[in-house]
Amino acid sequence: MNLSLGPLLYYWSREDTLALYDEAASWPVTRIYLGETVCSRRHLLRLPDWLELAQKLADAGKEVVLSSQTLIESESDLKTLRRIVSDKRFLVEANEWGAVRLLSEAGAAFIAGSTLNVYNPETLDVLAGLGAKRWLPPVEMSRDSLAAILKQAPADMETEVFAYGKLPLAYSARCFTARHYNLPKDDCQFRCLDHPEGLSLSTREGETFLTLNGIQTQSAGVYSLIGELPSLRELGISALRLSPQSHHMGRVVQAFYAAMEGDISQAAALARILPGKPVDGYWHGKAGLEYAHGEETC
Amino acid sequence: MPLELVCPAGNLISLKTAIDNGADAVYMGFRGNTNARAFPGLNFDEAQAAEGLRYAHDRGRKMLLALNTYPQTDTWTHWTGAVDSAAKLGMDAVILADAGLMRYAVKNHPNLRLHLSVQGSATSYEAVNFYREHFGIQRAVLPRVLSLPQVENVVKNTAVEIELFGFGGLCVMVEGRCLLSSYCTGESPNSAGVCSPAKAVQWKETPAGLESRLNGVLLDRYGKDEKAGYPTLCKGRFEVSGETYYALEEPTSLNTLDLLPEMLKMSIAAIKIEGRQRSPAYVAQVTRVWRAAIDAVKKNADDFTPAPVWMAELNKLSEGQSHTLGAYYRPWK
Repeated sequence: MNLSLGPLLYYWSREDTLALYDEAASWPVTRIYLGETVCSRRHLLRLPDWLELAQKLADAGKEVVLSSQTLIESESDLKTLRRIVSDKRFLVEANEWGAVRLLSEAGAAFIAGSTLNVYNPETLDVLAGLGAKRWLPPVEMSRDSLAAILKQAPADMETEVFAYGKLPLAYSARCFTARHYNLPKDDCQFRCLDHPEGLSLSTREGETFLTLNGIQTQSAGVYSLIGELPSLRELGISALRLSPQSHHMGRVVQAFYAAMEGDISQAAALARILPGKPVDGYWHGKAGLEYAHGEETC
Repeated sequence: MPLELVCPAGNLISLKTAIDNGADAVYMGFRGNTNARAFPGLNFDEAQAAEGLRYAHDRGRKMLLALNTYPQTDTWTHWTGAVDSAAKLGMDAVILADAGLMRYAVKNHPNLRLHLSVQGSATSYEAVNFYREHFGIQRAVLPRVLSLPQVENVVKNTAVEIELFGFGGLCVMVEGRCLLSSYCTGESPNSAGVCSPAKAVQWKETPAGLESRLNGVLLDRYGKDEKAGYPTLCKGRFEVSGETYYALEEPTSLNTLDLLPEMLKMSIAAIKIEGRQRSPAYVAQVTRVWRAAIDAVKKNADDFTPAPVWMAELNKLSEGQSHTLGAYYRPWK
């Protein structure tokens, strides 16, 4: 089992984005996912910049994966997707089925992202036949549902699990950050730049609930499976995905790495730097916002 | 023929009502969680489905079966069994979201017509064509996220018929890509066939007003003169940076009557009316209005304007008594 740094889901300044990957080059992550997966209007790094960064990280010994945009709306979105597929130097994570079509036509092995909605071994087998070598279950999937799929998973299929970060829950045509500022999406003035960890949404009684990140809605709670390493190993999970956040990301990676090496004090260390309250309900087959760890008897 | 009118049938009465009021096709689901309206008291057993099918076919109409949740591993045979039933009963098409289930259908029932459900989240012609090439789908229902020119671009680049939502409850999120309900309650449309399930809803009168909660999470609080709607998660009022508002979407319905001429011109195959969970009275009124509107636009698209009486009638049936063109109209985004 090793660590992946997931794609940066937020919109950061060019300097901050490049600084993240400068640091990440020396972190104990085996692979790094790059690219803009949320919003095509985010342009401080364009595809050539991402490709240059990809080459740099590959030269530094990282396995690099280019992540495709999750919601494709326009011909220009497709153009970017085709350029990603045709580059061929790096593996691609397909986050919708148009990308699957282009990658399988190109004969390229690929990663099946969590928004492809693989809920059963039959669909996983379809993807394996098309060239998927690794897949991510939907973030709502429980350990037990995942175990049932893995019993019948295609041979050599690697499984990566979203193991740390605010959960990406929904995608829309509408930009909720622009809406908050009463701006049209087409003239959003890139307000996402002001919210490097998204815009927090609370209930009317002040309970934090969700996070607005442009067209993406995330959980407010921070999903963490650092306490679940034994069951993840038992399932034969090959990689854990850690989703970048703006503070302490190096420490988050170190905590997971040390925990995988057997240091049981790391869960507590991680708890002190979480950018929100911990949640892990999904893993335990409950509502995603619940925190079940330690309360289980099974 | 373009602009086939596809109406919701939560039960046999609604099915007959839709057909009697002019639906070209009805869509329905089996009992259980194989479809995205897995509500108590809703949907068909096999005998009712057979009766509905006779009723539809005797009148030259079609019946489509929604099997549009994602099959779970340990209950896989519930979904394959439903596909088998559909073929045996002679359904005109099944509406699927899951690639594995499509493969099963093609392999075992090669003559069964397949539609790609909106839950399949296909928003580009590349995605639509993927399902065409691999599973021979004949029609795709597009998620409510594309503007009309974007829809037209899909239509121009695929041989697959395109069906659009015309009226009813509005999903703000890409269908099939929304887990807000399971985050809050443990059950999502993808895995359980429900959004904001009724069993998780709580209403409470408080000194501050009537409160609606979903699994304990406060979705809204209504003042004395405010009308309380069903607490769908994405249509609650929340606080963002100290401001309380409908942060995701207002309680409103999609209504695209205004767009019918453009939809006709771009050869949209079918218009879908949302609302299998709604009453037969809703089905009757919406079907009647849309039948009249589609007939009118086909007669004379250039001079088509929705009759005020149609709009008034549809508004009465809308969530929040208001309507929107949704993403078809770019500024909504």
